[in-house]
This record gives sequence, structure tokens and C-alpha cells, in this order.
Amino acid sequence: MAAASTTGAASPSAPPLVAPGHGRGLADVLRYRFLLKLLVRKEMRVRYRGSVMGLLWSYVKPGVQFAVFWVAMGWFLRLNDTLENFAIYLFSGVVVINFYSEAFGNATRSVVGNAPLIKKIFLPRELFAVSSGWVAAVHFLPQLVILLVACLAVGWRPSVWQLAGGVLGFVIVGVLAIGLGLLFGAVNVLYRDFENIVDLMLMVATWASPVLYDWQRVAAVVGGPDSLGMTLYQLNPITAAVELFHWCFWYPTTAGESPLPPHLLGTGLLGLAVALALLAIGQAVFRRIEGRFAQEL
Amino acid sequence: MTVTTTPTTATGGTLSAIEVDGLVKDFTLRHNRSLKELAMAKLRRRPVADTFRALDGVDLHVRQGESLALLGFNGSGKSTLLKLISGVMLPDAGRVGVRGRIAGLIEVGAGFHPDLTGRENVFLNGAILGMDEATIRARFDDIVAFSEIERFIDTEVKFYSSGMFLRLAFAVAVHTDPEVFLIDEILSVGDEPFQRKCLARVEELRAEGRTLVIVSHDLDMVSRLCTRGVLLEGGRIVADDTALRVVARMRGQDPDEAEREHARRQEREAGAGAPPHDDEGPRD
Ligand SMILES: Nc1ncnc2c1ncn2[C@@H]1O[C@H](COP(=O)(O)OP(=O)(O)OP(=O)(O)O)[C@@H](O)[C@H]1O
Ligand SMILES: [Mg+2]
Repeated sequence: MAAASTTGAASPSAPPLVAPGHGRGLADVLRYRFLLKLLVRKEMRVRYRGSVMGLLWSYVKPGVQFAVFWVAMGWFLRLNDTLENFAIYLFSGVVVINFYSEAFGNATRSVVGNAPLIKKIFLPRELFAVSSGWVAAVHFLPQLVILLVACLAVGWRPSVWQLAGGVLGFVIVGVLAIGLGLLFGAVNVLYRDFENIVDLMLMVATWASPVLYDWQRVAAVVGGPDSLGMTLYQLNPITAAVELFHWCFWYPTTAGESPLPPHLLGTGLLGLAVALALLAIGQAVFRRIEGRFAQEL
Repeated sequence: MTVTTTPTTATGGTLSAIEVDGLVKDFTLRHNRSLKELAMAKLRRRPVADTFRALDGVDLHVRQGESLALLGFNGSGKSTLLKLISGVMLPDAGRVGVRGRIAGLIEVGAGFHPDLTGRENVFLNGAILGMDEATIRARFDDIVAFSEIERFIDTEVKFYSSGMFLRLAFAVAVHTDPEVFLIDEILSVGDEPFQRKCLARVEELRAEGRTLVIVSHDLDMVSRLCTRGVLLEGGRIVADDTALRVVARMRGQDPDEAEREHARRQEREAGAGAPPHDDEGPRD
């Protein structure tokens, strides 16, 4: 029901009569690239306002975090004995979770957070979720730099495939976070409980993927690498992304003696498919509820 | 001033800019939201929510180039109608159609962020109102000149006085380039000289052939600015006439008498050679 042209007298140059308030969803975000850029820049400015170091903080924090992992986990807890370069193993999973948490969490809050704007001006509201994801990606960059420095320091030599795996992992997390962010951001307008539900989901996410442990522990419990339980465990796109990151960053720094998780490539592609499906669902739900945003906020 | 080409003929083109037919808008008034309250309401068999009809079968066609005053007392549904026309809300029944780009200035400064500088806010707000980067750059100087806050343009907006803030916000709003302007209660911003400037700018937009829908409680102002007036009452249109006559009706005066009075005053002004719209009569 987009355009309903009427009154036969319309001259060819006159625009048609259009029903307002019916955007094309995520496709419209492309048309609003400039606004998206400004929204991201605004977010960065606001976050580091009045701070001398500014964006530099986003390098310091992951740097210190990594140093702590290295010293406390690697040396004091002697986790290096069980898993080579444990700090790098840990950190390459942690950056995935950090990116996911920030993107998904902020996208969920983005609709309610921009209520004054949503109530007054018609915009593609998906912009707010996408800009949350973008800001999270900007913050992901410094963590990636720290991770790369650490990897290179211990002789990282990845293959092209491994690098591609890392990119795939990043894409999976980005798509998933925006998809779920759209879904929960929309229902959060109706019931603010969902903010807390998302916080819970993010808390569990760290433990539902092999970030703080390795996949073999799970396999041992659920009945082997090829069991149904393991397949279910790997169906989680975040698990796929974390495993891809391990393969990309940590694995090439080791002697390569640790067994790879089963069907790594398949898991990755399946993770991407699941993330894309959730993006489609998120967009559909968002559009269903979007018409009520202005009056419910 | 930035005059851009709008595909409009002289005022009163035959095409409609806005078509509203049988528009109905219901709001759900939820009394209880917490789980406990919901459970209690269910137990006592009380309704969890009831609905309120804010717009009840509104039909309104606005021609291109027309300037329409949307009048009515508080809560009569004016802002709701504008929100439906701008697409912020969707109708529960009926149809809304708009021709050309539309700017809903429901409130000045929507989208301004206190922690950004005036300059950054001009860009952000301009983009929110649908301008692209090149347009904003081209009009930036005009916008700043209009707001008269050149010295503070690189200061964070939170340090502005509220009037300065409104000046800048209004300046951005009236430098957007839509065919249809929806203006809700924003003409009473700033001090007296700035208000006059705003009115002059709105006159200019009208002269360019843009369609205006203006909501304001300043009845003198709208009867001067608008050709047509529509009166809303309880979500229905109860009068649709010249702005002058509708305003007279709202005040309980005789519309015919008001028209004669207006004609006399215009004659006096023409005789005195006074500028067209410059402080005629007492305001409010
Ligand atoms: N989001 C909403 N949820 C519930 N009720 C609403 C909502 N928005 C408006 N209403 C109700 O709709 C009615 C019309 O509101 P509206 O804002 O359109 O009035 P108005 O004519 O603009 O009044 P005013 O002159 O005070 O600006 C009011 O009774 C208001 O309570
Ligand atoms: Mg109002």
C-alpha cells in the first residue's frame, strides 16, 4: 500500500500521493548513510566528552585486560600448561563476546533511548539499531589491534583461510547482534522487561560458547565431538564465531597440536545462516511493531 | 536566502498535497503494566486497558500551496493528526496520502544533543530532517545567519540559553526543503524580533508555493498567516472555512462581523501605507 495515485489531473512531474510512515526497513538505512555516520559520530563524541585521552581509552582498556590475562591466567594459574598461549586463546574469544554484548545490548536499548526523536520525526528506525552495531564495531577495532599485536609477538602466521574465517566470525556476530537487537529493541518498547532479559542472555552468552574453556570439555560431557549435543552446542552462532576467531588468531600461534572443533567450516556457514535467519525475523517483528512505537513510547 | 526550485505552480494548484479520508486513531490507555497489577486486574475482572478515540473520522484535503491553520482546544487531536500525516503514527482506519517531501516540525530541536556543538547539531538535525550533506553545507551559513548566534556556533549546545537553542533549532527547520511543512506550536519561539523573523520566513515559504499546515494557539497570528482554517473538536472536524471566520467562531464572535472588521483594518493600513504584516493590532 505504498503509493496510491489519485486525481487524474496529475502532471507527469508531480510526485505521486504516498502513504506516509511506510519505510522499506533496513534497505532505507542505506539511503540514510549520512545520518547514520552522524549518529555514530555523535555516539562517539558523547561517550568521550570532556576526556583528554578520548578514543585512546578504548586501546588502554583492552590492553590492560590482555596484560592481566597474560600474567594472572598464564603465569599464576598456569593455564598455559593446559592450553598453549592461553591469554591469546582467552582474549580472542573475549573480543567476540565484547563486540556482541555491546552491539546487541545497545541495539536493544536504541529504540527506547531515541524515544524523543521517534515520537516526533519519521525516520527509518532501524537506523538506531544499526548505528549501535556500528559503534560497537568501532570499539572492536582497538581490541583487534591489541589482539594482533599480541599474536604477532608470539609468531602468528595465519593462512588466508584462517583470516577469512576471522572475517566470517565478525560478520556472523554483526548480523546476529543487529538481528536480535531489532527483535528485542522492538518488543522492549512494549515491555521494558526485555532489557533485563537481554542482559541475562548476554551473561549466559559468555559461558554458552568456548570462551573461558575449550570445546573438548563440552564434547567430553555431551558424548563426543559428533554427538547430537555437540551439534546443538555448535548451532549457536556465537559459538561458531568464537571457534572461528580461535582458528584465525590463536591456532596459528600454537604448534597446531590441539584438535580443531568438528566441522569448523560447516559450523561457520551454518552460524551465518542462523544469524541471517534471525536478522530476517528481527526485521519482520520490528516492522510489525514499528507502527506502534510513537504512541507507546 | 535559499530559494530552491519546487515543482509548484502558483498558489492554489489543483493537485492536493495532503489527502486524509475517514481517518481514525485510537489510543490504548493501559492502566496496569506490572505483572502484579495485570494479575489483580484479571482477578477482579476489570479491563486491563481501554481505548480512547483521538481522531474520529477525519476527512481533509489540502491543496498544494495552501496554508491551513489547524485549530482546536487542548486535546482535540491536532498534534495527533499531524503525526499521522507525517507518518510518525499509523492510522487505525482510513487513509492518509501525501504528495512530495514532507517535514513534520512537531517540535523544534528534536534530535538536538546537548553535548554536541551548535555546528554538529546543525548537521545532525539537518540530516534528521532529511537534508543531504551537500545541501546542509550549502545552507550552513544561511542557517547560522538566520539564528544570529555566529559567536556560539562552536560551543556545546548545553551552554546555550534556551532562546538561543530554539533559534538555532528553528533556523535549521525552516531551511529544509520539503514541499509540505507541518508546523506544530513552534512559531512562538524566541524573543519578539526573532518571532517576527520566523513569521516572515514562514510567509516566504508560503510565497514559494509550499503547503503549510500550522497548529498554533496564537489565533491572531494564524488568522493572518493562513488562508484556510479547520477546527477540530473531540477528534472531529467541526468547521472548515477561512482562517479568519474559524477563529471568530472559536472566540464566539460573529464570523461575518469579524470579516468586515478585518477588511476595514486592511483598508486603514493600506491608506497609512503601513508594511503588510508588521505589528497590526494588539497581539493576544
Ligand atoms: N501516545 C498517546 N497515548 C495515549 N493517548 C494519547 C497519545 N497521544 C495523544 N493522546 C491523547 O489524544 C488526545 C489528543 O491529543 P493531541 O496531542 O493530538 O491534542 P492537541 O490537539 O495537540 O492538544 P494541544 O493543543 O494541547 O497540543 C489527547 O486526549 C491525548 O491524551
Ligand atoms: Mg498538540
